[in-house]
Amino acid sequence: MVHTWSSLISTLFLLLLCITGLPLIFHHEIDELLGYDPKPEIAQPGAVKRSIDEIAGTALANDPGRVLQYILWDKDEPNNVIAFTNNKVDGDPDAATLRAYDAHSAKPLGSVGGGPMLIFLKLHVDMFAGQPGKLFLGAMGFLFLVAIISGVVLYWPFTRRLNFGTLRDKSRRIAWFDWHNLLGAVTIAWALVVGATGVINTLAEVMLSQWKATELADMVKPYAGKPPPVHLASLDRTLENARKTAPDMNVSFVAFPGTPFTSSHHFAVFMRGDTPLTSRLLKPVLLDGETGEVSDARDLPVYLKALLVSQPLHFGDYGGMPLKIIWALLDIMTIVVIGSGLYLWIVKRRKHRSHAIAGQPAFQPSE
Amino acid sequence: MTAARKARQSGNWWTVYGGPLLLSVLSIAGLLTALLSEGAGRYFSWIAVGAPVAITAWFFARRKRA
Repeated sequence: MVHTWSSLISTLFLLLLCITGLPLIFHHEIDELLGYDPKPEIAQPGAVKRSIDEIAGTALANDPGRVLQYILWDKDEPNNVIAFTNNKVDGDPDAATLRAYDAHSAKPLGSVGGGPMLIFLKLHVDMFAGQPGKLFLGAMGFLFLVAIISGVVLYWPFTRRLNFGTLRDKSRRIAWFDWHNLLGAVTIAWALVVGATGVINTLAEVMLSQWKATELADMVKPYAGKPPPVHLASLDRTLENARKTAPDMNVSFVAFPGTPFTSSHHFAVFMRGDTPLTSRLLKPVLLDGETGEVSDARDLPVYLKALLVSQPLHFGDYGGMPLKIIWALLDIMTIVVIGSGLYLWIVKRRKHRSHAIAGQPAFQPSE
Repeated sequence: MTAARKARQSGNWWTVYGGPLLLSVLSIAGLLTALLSEGAGRYFSWIAVGAPVAITAWFFARRKRA
């Protein structure tokens, strides 16, 4: 009962998630292919990088009337400087424009993201329904976890007389029943991990609000009541101060005062390490928006660390192309599990009805 | 077929859950290895996370046809 209903309610949405998730595994490669992932120019040997203030100025000149929200450095493309502009610092994320600039020439290289993959991403993340859509998909993901666990329990009565990996072709129903059991059984751990990390990701905004209300509020207490900065400090100076605070780390991104990732008075420079794990564990350094001096730097709380570590485990983008291909195959296997489960339910219902009419007992799927 | 079935009439915990359990442990180990190490760990992670795909292909190749 638990298995049937948790699956049935979530089936359509899980199919949507699995199908849109499939091309998203190769998001980066597809964007590259379609020209939504601009590459930096080949730098002359010994070329000096431009100042970030200059690049920020170019970015603002390129999008007149807009403000900078974030500047980001791609881990794999350090010569790309990606600037986010929006109509206001706390503007709607969907209204943000992302453009890449060459670190050596400050030339605009083109816009980042967008294109058809953005549609898949929106469908996958919130079905174009914003935060409620996101939380709804999180609930569907939770039902997916319930379906997997109840499936493990049901696996015993249904397969105890069969060898592991039995695939019969006696009838179409039995063939799909065996495939459902085999594919479901071999993907339990992967599906649980991808499902659970997906659910965690739907709570990102909730976690960020929690962090802002507690830790961040505590960090910026001395600034309470002060007006937001009028003249922003030099970005190069600010970044240099942040690097001094975390000397063995690199800058991942800087959030401008007033954006969702910081207070209205501070730049927040998020630092990253360089291993697959530490590059996800960001450390925020808060710097005064007017002077660029460090105000505070604290590690993120456990729940945000869990969120950041859960992201690669959901995306499958942390072990090279072979891992992405395996991710895609496991996703297709999951689609077959969900599809065959739906098919088996329909067949069982039909059988149940016809037998009920004939006054016979219902067909036992366990044979 | 009938004899084999008789011998495992009730089945036991290990014959039912052993395979999925081993694959689960292997999958988790692979998922974490790729996260924690960069070099040789990657090769292990591909084998470990890919094991469910490989074993499915193997069962498919060995299936009995009616």
